[in-house]
Amino acid sequence: MLQRIYDWIDDRIDVTPLWRDVADHEVPEHVNPGYHFSAFVYCFGGLTFFTVVIQILSGMFLTMYYVPDIVNAHASVEYLQTDVAFGMIVRGMHHWGASVVIVMVFLHTLRVFFTGSYKKPREINWVVGVLLFFIILGLGFTGYLLPWDMKAYFATQVGLEIAESVPVVGDLISNLLAGGEFIGAQTLTRFFAIHVFFLPGALLGLIAIHFIMIRKQGISGPL
Amino acid sequence: MEKNHNVSRRQFLTYALLGTGGFMAAGLIMPMVRFGVDPILQADAEGDMIDVAGVDELTDIPQAFDMEYEQDHGWHVETVQETVWIYLNGDEIVALSPICTHLGCTVNWGTDPDNPEQFFCPCHFGRFERDGTNVPGTPPTEPLHRYDHEVRDGRVLLGNPSPQV
Repeated sequence: MLQRIYDWIDDRIDVTPLWRDVADHEVPEHVNPGYHFSAFVYCFGGLTFFTVVIQILSGMFLTMYYVPDIVNAHASVEYLQTDVAFGMIVRGMHHWGASVVIVMVFLHTLRVFFTGSYKKPREINWVVGVLLFFIILGLGFTGYLLPWDMKAYFATQVGLEIAESVPVVGDLISNLLAGGEFIGAQTLTRFFAIHVFFLPGALLGLIAIHFIMIRKQGISGPL
Repeated sequence: MEKNHNVSRRQFLTYALLGTGGFMAAGLIMPMVRFGVDPILQADAEGDMIDVAGVDELTDIPQAFDMEYEQDHGWHVETVQETVWIYLNGDEIVALSPICTHLGCTVNWGTDPDNPEQFFCPCHFGRFERDGTNVPGTPPTEPLHRYDHEVRDGRVLLGNPSPQV
């Protein structure tokens, strides 16, 4: 049945070469844990992507209940966490996943650094990787405010104070982030928009570049 | 080496990997899907009977009464106001929902100059008789819903509206 549906589609738009190009490629021996157990360090990039996918999915589901408004934000989070079936698990995935992404990005960066994979011709990929790291930190920072509890408020307060400490333009950056001079309704909607539209958009674009480059240049040679 | 295995090594690995992968994917996706579809699996809230009018206020001409109740929106409770048409049919109290059974607009009593003794829906000119029966040839396909009611200490209390057919 599935085979017939696949054949029907493949007959018309010839998808086989497309997915073969994406999914079917040689992996060099030195990154295959079947040959060298220590090659598991090469999994961290893939694990980062996997957790990012979980973050996107769980985040999409959370927005079904979440409201970015100072009156209802905390109440809606409490509702989805305690009253909706599996709310604790879905929010838990998003909450813990945020930390897991950052840990995985960090381990991936260390692996790339210590195997020297950032060297010519892969410098641009390193730069894109660093941008991805900043975007993920930004996602962590903007997501932290959304539950609108005390921890969220003061964590953001601290973040904005850090932004203010930038010479000359500090106040401007802080006002731009907070949407005003204090953390309030404007800050919450702003952080929500940045968290669910701006940063994920940038993240997906850069991930695409990151992946296209690795396929174009191949995995770097053994140490 | 034993030959002629029913399941080849390659097939076994494929099954094992697909099974494990599928199990893990289901473990990730299932909670999210259940989370998302939660509203359709919630039991309908059983409303209390609501005090709407005094029996002595009723006449044999349908009158609009306000019906006020709390609606639970999950993280927000709202006071909802609805209108009910109530009249006396002899000794019987009849309470009709004003929601047109065609597409959910609101009907009014006697606002159609040609049919002053009927409920009229301005959206698509749906009409209903005094007892809520839909007038054939107009858009609605079933009568106006009727409220369960109860009389306590000279007051009319209404429950949920239910279809008349």
